Amino acid sequence: MLKIAEKTFKSRLIIGTGKFPSNKILAESLFASGAEIVTVSIRRVDLNAKHEDILDAVDRSKYLLLPNTSGARFADEAVRIARLAKAGGGGNWIKLELTPDPNYLLPDPIETLKAAEILVKEGFVVLPYINADPVLAKRLEDVGCATVMPLGSPIGSHQGLTTREAIKIIIEQANIPVIVDAGIGAPSHAAEAMELGADAVMVNTAIAIARDPVRMAEAFRLAVMAGRTAFEVGLKAPQTKASASSPLTGFLQ
Amino acid sequence: MIELESIAEQAQELTLKHFGRTILLYVPLYLNNECDNECVYCGFANNEGSDMLSVNQVMAEAELLYQKGFRHVLLVAGEKRDKITLEYLQDVVSRLHEKFESISLEIFPLSEEEYRILFEAGVDGLTIYQETYNRELYKQYHPSGPKSDYDYRLETPERAGRAGFYRINIGALLGLASWQDELAALAEHAKYLKKKFWRSQISISFPRLKDSGARFKPPYPVSDTQLVEMICRLRIMLPTVGLVMSTRESAALRDNLILLGITQMSAESKTSPGGYSNCQAKEQFAVSDQRSLAEVMVAISAKGYEPVFKDWDRAFIGG
Repeated sequence: MLKIAEKTFKSRLIIGTGKFPSNKILAESLFASGAEIVTVSIRRVDLNAKHEDILDAVDRSKYLLLPNTSGARFADEAVRIARLAKAGGGGNWIKLELTPDPNYLLPDPIETLKAAEILVKEGFVVLPYINADPVLAKRLEDVGCATVMPLGSPIGSHQGLTTREAIKIIIEQANIPVIVDAGIGAPSHAAEAMELGADAVMVNTAIAIARDPVRMAEAFRLAVMAGRTAFEVGLKAPQTKASASSPLTGFLQ
Repeated sequence: MIELESIAEQAQELTLKHFGRTILLYVPLYLNNECDNECVYCGFANNEGSDMLSVNQVMAEAELLYQKGFRHVLLVAGEKRDKITLEYLQDVVSRLHEKFESISLEIFPLSEEEYRILFEAGVDGLTIYQETYNRELYKQYHPSGPKSDYDYRLETPERAGRAGFYRINIGALLGLASWQDELAALAEHAKYLKKKFWRSQISISFPRLKDSGARFKPPYPVSDTQLVEMICRLRIMLPTVGLVMSTRESAALRDNLILLGITQMSAESKTSPGGYSNCQAKEQFAVSDQRSLAEVMVAISAKGYEPVFKDWDRAFIGG
């Protein structure tokens, strides 16, 4: 079971809700993914909406709503958005996204750490989106974040785990769940992250823009389960050659 | 056409990756139709004794737009500095900021300090078209008035960028010069702005002058095919910039452009001050796509895209 801030979850797949072709397809994809945590950009939520709103697709009785601060460039903006989400009934969980550069949407480590400190003190359960920086991950753990969410590669890039080696270090050193977020373009990437020992993965674009998002959501559900199972069983490290004998210690037998 | 089809496929693929199947809807709100400039192609050129909305009239128009569901609004005004004052703009913006999630300006160039004041009042985006990047032609089209200063206009996006604007939207008025030259200049301008203001979202519009019946006959008319090629090539060169399409274009063309890289559209636009309250003031240009918002939403959904009304939050600005 995945455990974040005293809450437990059977599913280790978190879904982002941007870029979907319709609310209906989004709702069906969420169901097919088996996800229990769903992240929604506050910038997309309109409590006074005249037309169908993104929140209409997320059944709050089935999913934990994880609001995110996407669009924020500076810590104070992210803090304001988090408070707004809480005041609007979004709960006290917040996915901290401080992505000042609109082109690669890479997270700003300095602003992220600043905002995380403030929000943790205010009682938020903070899940920060970060570059795969092991030291930053520890710093965020130290200030009380509930998880860290390092990127596999830039958001929407579908490149998979280009940060693989750094993610391994983060996983090795973390005392809080590590959720690989962003860049996961194929179910095999999700499985790879889970095999490395990630506690969960987050996927959005790869499902949202698939020709059939609902079936792709199902594929990710299966991949995450497969990867997790393999991790729990334990994978053998690849060997470059066969080692039938023990030239140094064979004399002991 | 085979080559165009293949660049269209690339453009679509790149747009999907960054923006998904969504179209952000916005609406223009005209503050006046008077202007001190003499842009030879414009319906407002030297339009005297005309209409300007009071702050209360602006709010009445805005309320109608809010009720329809719009949350992103674009304020448009002709250059009349003695009437469209900074205080007036501040007043309009701070009142709109109480309701609208995103407020952009499409008015005459301001100073960095003025942009800073309006940013703090709640403006987050600037739209400013160079009209043409060709200096010689620019002089011919803008013979007098403050707009005749090419360089001041060219540097406008930077003043807004320095003032902290989140969104900077540039464009060339298609038909004024060779479209290939404008395409190259737009791409360079956008790349330059992207590097310099790395925290701002850059976008590009494609306002096109029509060669049909209007007072001004564009000397370099741009065909539908050329427009599509421009959109696709800019998308491929700049995969993450927003691409904007107004109701200047026909319903049929707009519907097809949804698939090719456009990320933002206006709908149900009126291009005269008070136009939403049914006043008959002079309009800036004739709207081609006259469908209702509901009809545009149906058309977007029919292409397999989600119409989005809110992709920003007014809480990003201010306390």
